[in-house]
Amino acid sequence: MTRRPAGSATIVALVLVAAIAPWLAPYAPDAVDLALRRAAPSAGHWFGTDDLGRDVLTRALHGARISIAIGLLAAATSVALGAVIGLVAGSSRRGVDAVLMRVTDAMLSIPRLPLLMTVAAILQPSVPLLVLLVGMVGWMETARVVRAEVLSLVPRGFVEAARALGVAPTRVILRHLVPNITGVLAVSATLAVGRSILMESALSFFGVGVQPPTASWGNMLYQAQAVMTTEPWVALFPGAAIFVTVLLVNRAGEQLQR
Amino acid sequence: MSTMLVVRRVAQAIPLLLLLSVLIFALLHAAPGGPLAIYLENPNVRPADIERLKVSLGLDRPLPVQYLAWLRGFVTGDWGFSFTDGRPVVTRIAERIPATLELVSASLAVALLAAIPVGVITAVRKRAVVDRVTAALTVAGISLPAFWLGLLLQLVFAVWLGWAPSSGRSSLLGGGLGDRLAHLVLPATTLAVLHAAAWTRYLRSAMGEVLLQRFVLAARGRGVPARQVHYRHALRNALLPFFTVVMLDAAIMVSGAVMTESVFAWPGLGGLFTEALARRDYTVLMAFLMLSSVVVVVMNLLADLAARWLDPRVRA
Repeated sequence: MTRRPAGSATIVALVLVAAIAPWLAPYAPDAVDLALRRAAPSAGHWFGTDDLGRDVLTRALHGARISIAIGLLAAATSVALGAVIGLVAGSSRRGVDAVLMRVTDAMLSIPRLPLLMTVAAILQPSVPLLVLLVGMVGWMETARVVRAEVLSLVPRGFVEAARALGVAPTRVILRHLVPNITGVLAVSATLAVGRSILMESALSFFGVGVQPPTASWGNMLYQAQAVMTTEPWVALFPGAAIFVTVLLVNRAGEQLQR
Repeated sequence: MSTMLVVRRVAQAIPLLLLLSVLIFALLHAAPGGPLAIYLENPNVRPADIERLKVSLGLDRPLPVQYLAWLRGFVTGDWGFSFTDGRPVVTRIAERIPATLELVSASLAVALLAAIPVGVITAVRKRAVVDRVTAALTVAGISLPAFWLGLLLQLVFAVWLGWAPSSGRSSLLGGGLGDRLAHLVLPATTLAVLHAAAWTRYLRSAMGEVLLQRFVLAARGRGVPARQVHYRHALRNALLPFFTVVMLDAAIMVSGAVMTESVFAWPGLGGLFTEALARRDYTVLMAFLMLSSVVVVVMNLLADLAARWLDPRVRA
């Protein structure tokens, strides 16, 4: 259990940043300063300003809230879905297991970013729906590892003993299997957070994710793309924020795996 | 390898393909308003026009009928017409394939050239400085958003340093091989980084496992030079699972190129996809999704068969 803190500390830190971000921000996220458009980083605007004179640092902090919240919630959705599917598949009869795993294979075969981009373009989702969509394309890895873990648990005595005693299947899952898969779930969840943040940023970068004026790291980059050559700071900071966040999450995931 | 096995594997892939075609079809039609939703909000399009479009595209029929018609079309190569320019979708897709293949093979080469030597060195010298630095770099590599990396490379090497052109596949007036290669460098690097990092990590662990096996110890004991043990004995065994992973990732690269192609205005399939997305060119989107999924399934199948063919132990 001593390995847990690294991962959870990172997640807690992310939640904190997302929660207090608006109070750290020096300006209002949509405060337009037309006299100071496209200003390079300075003492007044550490990360510079964008083409409407909005403070990039402020928007990046507000974007942190949206991007991290979507990342965490989508990952939670993925892991919950994956855990349920993996648990059911691993502890059910061959037929049910086979069907669930074929659906998993099929979902893994469809390239998920283009799929998600297409669905998002058609649905034009609100933020809660976006969370659901990102979560719905990320459960397959969790389902597979959970199923594998369950298959390794079932032959052990305690599951068979519980079944022989007439314990109901759902109770076997909840009381005997779930407590034994928390380790793989923790790793799976951490990796899912990184993936979900990348996924949201990619969607918003293509203009089908979080819609302006709400700032997310991805849509800041989307807007920055056109002015990249003359005002590189507009693209530099939100991208760096995505990179550093995902890097921290992935490192935490690695430490958990050891 | 027996023919029976090949036949069985192919037969197993067919239900999978059917299942994913149902999934893709269902997801795109689940949207309220269906594929024509985008026109509903356009004040210039009259409701009567939408009705007419619906009938002419067959969207007024029951969903299962539409699905079967679409599936029959897909299998027979009739992928419908692009909403954007009215040309056959097959033509629009076919003309983009060479550019994507060029980009993907270049990235594949770059990623392999980086991953194989680095993977071997780090596996052999575990916990050495090289290994630690590589570990830090590869985690960074898998955490980088590809589109941001692309923008950065573009900014530094094309805009500031002027070493490479910032976008496109060749200069306006065509240009020779040098010109084509110059255009290829930045997008190929962008696409390669993620896979180079992931593959290095994979090869390091695969190779690490092989190095622990007894035949390696035996070879060392017989006095075989270290280089030969690493490259002739260990690497060959580690390459087998490694190439399975590479083949599967190569299939994903085709659709993974979406971001890279968009940043560098590369005229491949990914570029076609983002164009189609911007205009909600629904027939093109469907074809792209289906085609890239088929590529993944086929590469899965090939990787599986290749592994059996290459490894006498699993040859059936």
